Parts: sequence; C-alpha cells; structure tokens
Amino acid sequence: MRAAIIRKSAQTGYPRAHLLDYEAECRQFSWQRVSAELGIAPGGGINIGHAAVDRHLNTPVRDRTAFRFVGRDKRRRDFSYSELALQTNRFANALRALGVGRGDRIFILAGRIPELYIGVLGALKNGSVVSPLFSAFGPEPIRTRMAIGEGRVLLTTETLYRRKVSGITGDLPALEHILLVGENGARTRVPGTHDLATLMAAASDHFESERTSEDDLALLHFTSGTTGTPKGAMHAHGAAVTHFSTGRYALDLHADDVFWCTADPGWVTGTSYGIIAPLLHGVTSIVDEAEFDAEGWYRLLQEERVTVWYTAPTAIRMLMKAGTELARKFRFPALRFIASVGEPLNPEAVWWGEDAFGLPIHDNWWQTETGGIVIANTPAMDIKPGSMGKPLPGMQACIIRRPQDSGACEEITEPNVEGELALRAGWPSMFRGYLGQEERYRKCFAGDHYLTGDLAKCDEDGYYWFIGRADDVIKSAGHLIGPFEVESALMEHPAVAEAGVIGKPDPVTGESVKAFVSLKTGFAASDELNLELLGHARRRLGAAVAPKEIAFLPSLPRTRSGKIMRRLLKARELGLPERDISTLEADT
Amino acid sequence: MNMLPDGADALRKAVFDTLHRIAPEVLPDELESGVPLRDQVDLDSMDWLNFLLGLHAGLGVDIPEADYMKLVTLDDLFSYLEAKLGQSSVRR
Repeated sequence: MRAAIIRKSAQTGYPRAHLLDYEAECRQFSWQRVSAELGIAPGGGINIGHAAVDRHLNTPVRDRTAFRFVGRDKRRRDFSYSELALQTNRFANALRALGVGRGDRIFILAGRIPELYIGVLGALKNGSVVSPLFSAFGPEPIRTRMAIGEGRVLLTTETLYRRKVSGITGDLPALEHILLVGENGARTRVPGTHDLATLMAAASDHFESERTSEDDLALLHFTSGTTGTPKGAMHAHGAAVTHFSTGRYALDLHADDVFWCTADPGWVTGTSYGIIAPLLHGVTSIVDEAEFDAEGWYRLLQEERVTVWYTAPTAIRMLMKAGTELARKFRFPALRFIASVGEPLNPEAVWWGEDAFGLPIHDNWWQTETGGIVIANTPAMDIKPGSMGKPLPGMQACIIRRPQDSGACEEITEPNVEGELALRAGWPSMFRGYLGQEERYRKCFAGDHYLTGDLAKCDEDGYYWFIGRADDVIKSAGHLIGPFEVESALMEHPAVAEAGVIGKPDPVTGESVKAFVSLKTGFAASDELNLELLGHARRRLGAAVAPKEIAFLPSLPRTRSGKIMRRLLKARELGLPERDISTLEADT
Repeated sequence: MNMLPDGADALRKAVFDTLHRIAPEVLPDELESGVPLRDQVDLDSMDWLNFLLGLHAGLGVDIPEADYMKLVTLDDLFSYLEAKLGQSSVRR
C-alpha cells in the first residue's frame, strides 16, 4: 500500500528549489517584479522573440546551446543562443521582404524541426502573430483553423504541403505566401510556393525586433469546444511574464539545466514550454524529432543528461506499459525533476516515477486559455498523488457554482465539494479573446473570474483535484477534441445520416474518440462500410482528431430540441445509469 | 518498390490487412517501402502501437518493445517479420 502523501524535505534535492516557502512567496509575489526581471519597464513593451533570444546576447548565455535537435537518425544539431538570434533575424527579414509585418498571421505546420522553432521566434520578432499547427492534423482541421485565423503565410515542409495543404489552398483566400522546407536540406521547386532556404540565404542576419507592447497579439492557439468551429485563443507578448515565472516555480528551471519538454509546438504546451519558457531562462532545450518510442526516450534522457523533464500522462502510461525493466537498463543521474501535464496523472503513475527514475512525477494543470501553468505540484512541496497541486504564486483559484445568468459566481468554500474551477482574471498570459468570437469569449467569464469548464474540488490543505469536463469536449492524449468537428466530417460521407461522438475512457490516452453513426436509407451497416467511414474521417481530420472506433446505431438519441445526447451515448458505452431520459424524443 | 523475395506475399498481405484496420485510407500501392511509414501515413502513437499489436496477434510474432525503434520502414518490418517467422510459416 502506497502512502497518500509523498513527503518532501526542503533540504533534499539540488539545486535549491526556487519555491521553498509557498505561503511567503504567494504573499510577496508581484507580476510587476517578474516583468522587471525580464527588463520590462512599466509601459515599456516586450517582444517575446527578443526576450527569449536577443536579451541574452550581452551575457554569457549567448554561447550556451539554446536548442539541441536530436534527429530521427540520432544526429544532433545544436543552436547556440547567438546562432538562434542570427537565424531568427534572417527569418524575420525574409518575412519583411515579402511584405509581411506586424499583426499579420503566420501558420506553421511542421514536425519538430529547427525551421519550426526559428519560424516561431522570427515571426514574433517581426511582430507577426504565430499559430503553430499540429502536423498530424488532416486537411480539414488545417483548413478550418487557417480560415478562422486568416493566415497570410504558411510555413510547412514540402511533404506536408503535398499531403495536406495543396488541396485546400483554394479555400484560403487570405493565404498569400507558402514557404516550404525541403526534405533533407534539398531546395524545393513547387509552383506557387517559396523555398525557405533560398529566402533565408538572401536575408540579412541583422534585425531589430518590433517594439510590441504587452497587449499586442503574439500567438494564436486553437482549442476545441463542444459545439461550433475551433476557437482561436489569442495570446499577447506580455504572456512571456507568466512563462518566465512558471518556468521558475513549476519547472524549477536553473541556469545550467538541460530541459526536455516532450510536447509538440502544435499544442500550447509545446510552444509555451517547448520554446518560450526555457529560452527566457537561458537553459538548453532538447528537441526530439522522432515519434514516441519507449527505449528511444530513455536513451535520450540518459545520453543528453536531461535534468528537468516535462511530459504527459499518455507518454508516461506508454512507458509504464513498456515495463520498468526497460527503464532500469538506463541510468539517469542528472535527472532531478519530472513534471507532467495534459490530463490528471493517476496516482500509480506518480509512484511509478519513483520506481523507474527514483523521482515522483509532478502533475500540473493549465489550459490553452490560461497560456501558462496555473496549478502545480512543485519540487519542494509534498505531493498528494492524483492531485494537480496548488495554485502558483500570482494565481488565485477557487471552486464555484456556475451562475445561471451572467451574475457573479458563487464560491464554494467548503473543502472537497465539487464545482467548476475558476481563476481570478488578469494574469499576463490569460487569453485576450477567441479570434472573431467575442460572444464565446465573454461567456467564459463571470464577474472577475475566468470559468475554466473543468470540474474540480479543493481539499482542506488547498490541493486541487480534477473531476472532469463540464462539457462534452474529449480529452485524448492531453489534447482537446471537439465532438462537433468530428461529427461534421462524418456527416459529409454520403452514407451517414447522423453522428454523435464521445470520449471513451482509455487506459493509456485518457479518452479515445468513439463515433456513433446512423445510416441513411439504402445503406446497410457492414464491416466494410465501417472501415470506409474510418478512412474517410482519417483522410479529412488526420490521426490526431479522427475517431479510433465507429459503431452503427439505428438512430441516435436526441433531446426534444433535437440535440444529439452525447452524454447518453457515453453513459451507455460505460454501462452507467441513464439519467434525464425524460427529455428524449426518440430512442430506438 | 522493394522486390520482396518469393513467398513473401502472405506476409505482405498480413501487414497491409493489419494496417488497413487502423488506417483504411491508406492505399498499399502508394507506399514506398524504403521510406519511414509514419512519414507517409498519419499514425499517431496509439495507432502505431495498435498496428504492432495487431501484427503480433495476426502473425503470432512476438515484437518486444525494445525492437520498436528498428521498425521504421515497411522494408524494416518485412525483413524483421520474415526473420522471426522463417519462410515456411510465411507461406502457410
């Protein structure tokens, strides 16, 4: 039987943790002071690209490795901070030469290759707004997001362009420039596109970052809701203040750390913590260009002497599946802190960290909308396995009952009572809106609180515990998937009359996407049609969003107003009691 | 396209049938056997794992986790499975 609490001692661990006295640090904390550390004078403005890279050029950090890319062939490519400055300057100049400037939106669709990182940082220096897209998206999620974002520029690889983009450019009237990275360094010659290497070679490596303000938009991260199109959460340059402060408190970054954030920049974690936070701290980041592989990951942790590792529950559970013996073949003397984000980390996984690495795993919580880590288990704090930890300094969380109207929310002060997790609005990386969807943005707030849509409880010691989503959004491998987007793609198939999509509990990914469809007259359910629908959905949506499983039903349960009852589908899938069936219109 | 040795047709079919159940959109003829499979087909980590588990179930071949890294292209897969199965069992 494992203990319910993993006790920490302030004396253990090296180097000394940044957050030792939680209460005192929370009391003394001020965002202004953190801003000042980043060199931001009140009203003086900040540019993330500058703060992350050029700010270090007059310090010894300039010679340190900023990124080490480990290729699939295990070849390493290092970029020092000064080299990164030159490369990002070139990219910013290349954009400027194309007439792309401040506020223009740039989408980046690529695997974890250097050009992606240089593109993000160079575009930020240029004052442009960057939206990294997950390269496992299919054409439809790419098209939807680029259309909402009115991207003027797309940076991608020749392969991804041919596979996913060439067929949708006609639907993207705002898209003017497509910049391609050739395979294995080869130049590209695709009509209607630019070869990135040629543009970079022609560009100067001197560039003065745009003097953006804290409120100027920097990043656009897409997330999903239950209904409608994906939401483009807008983040401003001032978000760097949160990235810096959370890099210190939640990841405990110290100057000589070798940090590995396993998230892809196509998701917010991979940008906030795979790119920005470690650079702000001047540490070395490892980027693994390969896909997940248990042995490959252990080898990388060992050989690169990773000290701080930020990963995700799905990956941890896949490592657990591969067996602790595999972990024991390797040695991790440098590793001192492991954190995880994406979905609640089960207590067994927290403890498994002790078995495999001699270190517990520290869960933390945040969302695309929060821009940075909000609630965390930190190095010097006792861990209650299964809990997301406590709000970091500068953040105020509470549990509320959602108001029926737009009135103020009612806080639940009694411990261990479930409600919706809410945050006191106004931290620097709070999203500034959903692009073009003001009403949806407004609905996220009640009084001066941001309502997260996550159900949680807070215990008597101030630790928060995740319960579930308040809506029908699916959380698979830590990524939010909107059921509506999946249903819409299925409905496009001529055989499908209606579709309802749920998250089916999965021991590894948390939830996997399962679709229920009913067929139009003249179509009969068969294994062949099932595979055809699966193939159709995967072609449109890509592996990251498409269902893993499709089931046929004669008809789908609907409410009297005609909405498909996903919760009922889910209850049946799980064999749970069916509540609220009185509102059912028909269910055969 | 790689010229597979005679008698490997059954193995090819088993591999493509397994892939078809996970990624039915894939047309085997369009795959280049020497190029990493996941560069040509959208397979996330779970798809990949399910693919290898499917091969294990379908062919009765044990594929230990430690070998996953070696299996990048279809050529890798074919030669790995051939070695494990031996030609006789491939023909069935």
